[in-house]
Amino acid sequence: MRFLPIVWRNLLRRKFRTFFTMGAIFFAFLLFGVLMAIRSAFSMGIDMAGQGRLMVIDKVSIINPLPASYEQQIKQVDGVTDITHANWFGGYYQDVRNQFATFATDPESWLRVYPKEFDLPEDQKKAWIADRTGAIVGADTAKKYGWSVGQRVPIQGTIYRRPDGGPWEFTIDGIYDSKIKGADKTNLLFNYQFLRETIPEGSGFRDRYNWYVFTVSNPDRAPEIAAKIDALFANSPAETKTNTEKNFVSDWAKQVGDIGQIMMWIVAMAMFTILLVAGNTMAQAIRERTNELAVLKTLGFGEGRILSLVLLESVFIAVIGGGLGLALSYVFITMSGDPTHGLLPAFYFPSTQLVVGIGLVAMLGLASGFLPAWQASRLRIVDALRRN
Amino acid sequence: MLSQIIAVTGVNIRSIPARLGSSTVAVIGIAGVVLVFVAVLSIAEGVNATMKASSDPNLVLILRSGSDTEMTSGLAGEAVRVIQDAPGIARDASGAPLTSPELFVVVDHPLKRGGSAANVPLRGVSPEAFQVHNRLKIVEGRNIEFGKNEIIAGRAAAQQFVNLNVGTTLKWGENTWTLVGIFEEGGAVSESELWCDVKVLQPAYRRGNSYQSVYARVSSGDSFQQLKDALTSNPQITVTPMRAAEYYGSQTEVLQRIIRTIGGIIAVLMGIGAVFGAVITMYTAVASRTREIATLRALGFGSIPVVISVLAESILLGSIGGIIGGAIAWLAFDGYQTATMNFQSFSQIAFSFAVTPQLLLTALLISLVMGTAGGLLPAIRAATLPVVTALREL
Repeated sequence: MRFLPIVWRNLLRRKFRTFFTMGAIFFAFLLFGVLMAIRSAFSMGIDMAGQGRLMVIDKVSIINPLPASYEQQIKQVDGVTDITHANWFGGYYQDVRNQFATFATDPESWLRVYPKEFDLPEDQKKAWIADRTGAIVGADTAKKYGWSVGQRVPIQGTIYRRPDGGPWEFTIDGIYDSKIKGADKTNLLFNYQFLRETIPEGSGFRDRYNWYVFTVSNPDRAPEIAAKIDALFANSPAETKTNTEKNFVSDWAKQVGDIGQIMMWIVAMAMFTILLVAGNTMAQAIRERTNELAVLKTLGFGEGRILSLVLLESVFIAVIGGGLGLALSYVFITMSGDPTHGLLPAFYFPSTQLVVGIGLVAMLGLASGFLPAWQASRLRIVDALRRN
Repeated sequence: MLSQIIAVTGVNIRSIPARLGSSTVAVIGIAGVVLVFVAVLSIAEGVNATMKASSDPNLVLILRSGSDTEMTSGLAGEAVRVIQDAPGIARDASGAPLTSPELFVVVDHPLKRGGSAANVPLRGVSPEAFQVHNRLKIVEGRNIEFGKNEIIAGRAAAQQFVNLNVGTTLKWGENTWTLVGIFEEGGAVSESELWCDVKVLQPAYRRGNSYQSVYARVSSGDSFQQLKDALTSNPQITVTPMRAAEYYGSQTEVLQRIIRTIGGIIAVLMGIGAVFGAVITMYTAVASRTREIATLRALGFGSIPVVISVLAESILLGSIGGIIGGAIAWLAFDGYQTATMNFQSFSQIAFSFAVTPQLLLTALLISLVMGTAGGLLPAIRAATLPVVTALREL
């Protein structure tokens, strides 16, 4: 500890260089944060997909809705514990640009199947279940448009139309939040019965759902149950495709294609380039002082002590630059969220990746200090003193 | 003064090989930034090029009002007939209107890359479609015969999805299709699609006699206005006509906004990071030559030539980095074929990365700016070093 002033003086000897090295590391780790957020955005929240939840869609195309009668049949399959359904509504508020994910569903079963994802106070839950024209909305969307519980909001549909052409008037019965980090809090959900009234009797789209979600008692049995359900509806006019929610999300994310991956690779490369430059400079700063290290050795400093002095210096630079970068990107991304305003709902910096970042900071500090210090320690004092 | 500048700059540049390590690091840093910049923006340029290729000025698309994509639109058979009779639409030799009522759905079909399922757009068209989309040409096999379960695939779709070759049989649900041809349309969005007879598609998707969009040709800009006025004032229908350019621009808007926002954030952060990298590299270069620079100044060289020489070195390194980064980006990414999700219609859109000359030029400019920014502070420092102390430095 009493040698800390030496470390400090060494850092200040070339203030300019120290400052810019820290700066470069700072930006590299700021980039790291953005990189991780992009990663989570392009994986479309796959980390959040439920283990024990499966989805059923039409085999030919997700846009073909499945008959409502499937609900009872799926429910009777052994191992299925609960089931709900949803229809993609394609709603917008006032202007077609203000779109957010809107589904028509059965409130009661939906809240049972997604207890954590849609977190509502008990009284709001009850109100929504009892209200035929009620809706719940995510905290993000409610905040964006300044909606509050009890308010009536007009929502236009891009797919479904009311016979009079006017908007649907929903009462906001609840504003959901989620305990899961990065969860999508932009959705609006309303009662399917309200939608059903507007679909003419005899239309091919009445009493048909875009997809079912069901839970199973034992996630290990998911493949077997999925196969059983698909077999149930094989050779019918509406064959099904059943898979885990996770696989659906993963396929969905893969549809975005390799552009997300390409972007990530490029950013990763860029980050390592900057780190290479910074690490090289830090190593250079120590290499320049080889003869000083020899002087310290002559004065009786042990090799371990010299090494720790040098490491302390390089780790200090890495921790200040990288730590600040990580902290700032974490705070900024968590606070501001999606930079595209609603296009990337899962834009967040996962805490697990923060640990990876801290690991990288430590590695940078240790590696850039250790190599030159180790080289210096291998030199004989006489040779090292002679080096310029 | 000029001779001084030339002399010192010459010394600096000729001595770069002596500082190969740190110079290489600076070049790599800047090359990395340029590579990232060009690569990310070439994605946006590629999407843009596909969108532009679809923007035939005399092609008009008519959707139900309030629908922002063909996917969510719906037009009853009667509405389509009203549209076809509207004034302003160009007519063929026999006097029939050049309109194509179409149905746009997606089918679940695997991608070649990874084999995972994707939403492939399938478009049902009328016989008139090939006069309306008049740039479309069959490049392999033949066109569909109307009334049969036959499909033609766009060039890009055939490249991105499994099993789309002439002669293959495709089974989706209860319907079996034969792929009879591959078409091109000047790189337009339609090349990501599969086309079939709309009358065969309607029952397969339980659509009765309804359509989703009507494509029409107009003869000039005035006739578009005429058509628009006629359709929007007709109380029988609630439709919105728009030019193809406008429609495809709005279709790729979300995708472009995502790429450009993320690309912009990355480019700015990386750019600053790389300037810092260049500063420390040049600073190290100047620091290691402190005595040399002081000697020059003691010999009577002015500070301006010293500043310029350091700047010149850093700009040179910057431009080398820029050229390397641009070249790698061009080699690696130009024409790279891929497909992504069009978030507005949930369907796949294929495109290729486009590294345009303009993009390369911008990248080169950025590398020069970074070189200058990186060299400026160290250059001033070199020029303002007190000669006596500097001479004493190691």
